[in-house]
Amino acid sequence: MSEITHYSQVWAHRTPRKRLFMWIGWLGLVALFVWCWQMMTRDTIWIFVADAPRQAADIGNRMMPPRWSYLPELWGPLWDTINIATLGTIGGVLMAVPVAFLAARNTTPSLHILRPVALFVIVASRSINSLIWALLLVAIIGPGLLAGIVAIALRSIGFVGKLLYEAIEETDLRQIEAIEATGASGSQVLSYGIVPQVMPAFWGISVFRWDINIRESTILGLVGAGGIGLKLQASLNTLAWSQVTVILLLILATVVLSEWVSSRMRHAII
Amino acid sequence: MTTPAYPTTWRRPPQIVKDRRWRVALQIGIAVYLVLAIGTVEVNWSRVYEGLERGQRFIMGFLQPDFTSRWKDIGKGLSESLTMTLTSTVIGVIISVPIGIGAARNLAPRGVYYFCRGIIAVSRSLQEIIIAIFLVAMFGFGPFAGFLTLSFATIGFIAKLLADDIEEIDPTQVEAIRATGGSWGQLVNYAVQPQVMPRLIGLSLYRLDINFRESAVIGIVGAGGIGATLNTAIDRYEYDSAGAILLIIIGLVMVAEYGSSYLRKFLQ
Repeated sequence: MSEITHYSQVWAHRTPRKRLFMWIGWLGLVALFVWCWQMMTRDTIWIFVADAPRQAADIGNRMMPPRWSYLPELWGPLWDTINIATLGTIGGVLMAVPVAFLAARNTTPSLHILRPVALFVIVASRSINSLIWALLLVAIIGPGLLAGIVAIALRSIGFVGKLLYEAIEETDLRQIEAIEATGASGSQVLSYGIVPQVMPAFWGISVFRWDINIRESTILGLVGAGGIGLKLQASLNTLAWSQVTVILLLILATVVLSEWVSSRMRHAII
Repeated sequence: MTTPAYPTTWRRPPQIVKDRRWRVALQIGIAVYLVLAIGTVEVNWSRVYEGLERGQRFIMGFLQPDFTSRWKDIGKGLSESLTMTLTSTVIGVIISVPIGIGAARNLAPRGVYYFCRGIIAVSRSLQEIIIAIFLVAMFGFGPFAGFLTLSFATIGFIAKLLADDIEEIDPTQVEAIRATGGSWGQLVNYAVQPQVMPRLIGLSLYRLDINFRESAVIGIVGAGGIGATLNTAIDRYEYDSAGAILLIIIGLVMVAEYGSSYLRKFLQ
């Protein structure tokens, strides 16, 4: 008889070998975590940490009630913030479009030279946060709205460029072939074959980025790049916590509103 | 018989705003806004001109980065950033799993659901940098405040996506486990967990990547990490060191991005 006579009485999801590997993996993760934790907290002053609840209560007391009489001073900076985000988005999109066409596999003029350059531009722009861009630009072109606008624009290139070049690569080949079959030149193929296909994606991405930029431009003032963040920084420096509450509530309201606007617009477009 | 007169030219039809009046109104509106907005931007051109020389020096610093002379500070900032990233992701994911389960409508009762969704909404609506300002004020300068900031931000991100994922699982598997008489704990363990685990691992790796990027920023308000080093370097006009730090950040972000997408493919 060559039948299997022994069945395992307990059902298990994985084989013992797999379970061993999983255990080793988890053990390694825990060990890494403990090691990192010790590295990180080497210089932590635990007295301050233990004191945190009292500090939190103290700050909470100072933040309440919000000083609503400060609100009228904030409309100007808020307008600046919205301008930073909008003009920055426009600038970023204008720069991102050529980069996206250079980076897309099907429209790039040279696969081995210009495409890697365009991809590097996209990665560099994406990996540096807009606050760091602002930090650099404030040092270079001085504090003010312009630094904020340029920072937002530079940060937007990567985001818009990446999503747009993916949209360009996903265009329907048959439409392009149809345009080519009429004897169209390269630029005509671009204009009649590819652009109409990526247009909805383009507007969707731009509005989405505008929404993110509103969020990011509210804090650019922390490093001196204009907008409502300047007021936040000033209030924090003078420990005027009741004003900080008003500013934070206003920022929250703006962000919620811009999110609503952008989702409505994207619904209308797509 | 006469043939109807066909138009000899073709105009491209509008793609998005179909009504002509709306198009005109939108264009006028945009033009007015642009004039108003650009009008409020005051540019001190002499300051910009002065800054160009500095910008040139910065670009030179970027092309010839100086890794060595400030290596001690850079290394310290980098180790703070990396350890902060890992610990905060691990703790954030551990905390966000129960919150994510509680925020899934198909697993949690109504009261728990609203409570957990509330936590998620608070965590997502506040920006990392603003949380960092408060936590630095409470816990003092240094990477510990940064760790708390990133953990808090991770909770909102992972818990929301996990909850949305749990709500979209295949209900037949849940029913099958329930039919065997499984308790709630067994239900989560055998019906839900296998369905969402690959995605949870993917999200955690993605968040690891985001946390590293953010750790480079929150140092500006005093929460430790490479951002603090970068801020100091720029304040001191040491552009060659700043260039080196930025190149390190870009390099690490690229490694993290490709590494995490490779790992996700490998694990799924």
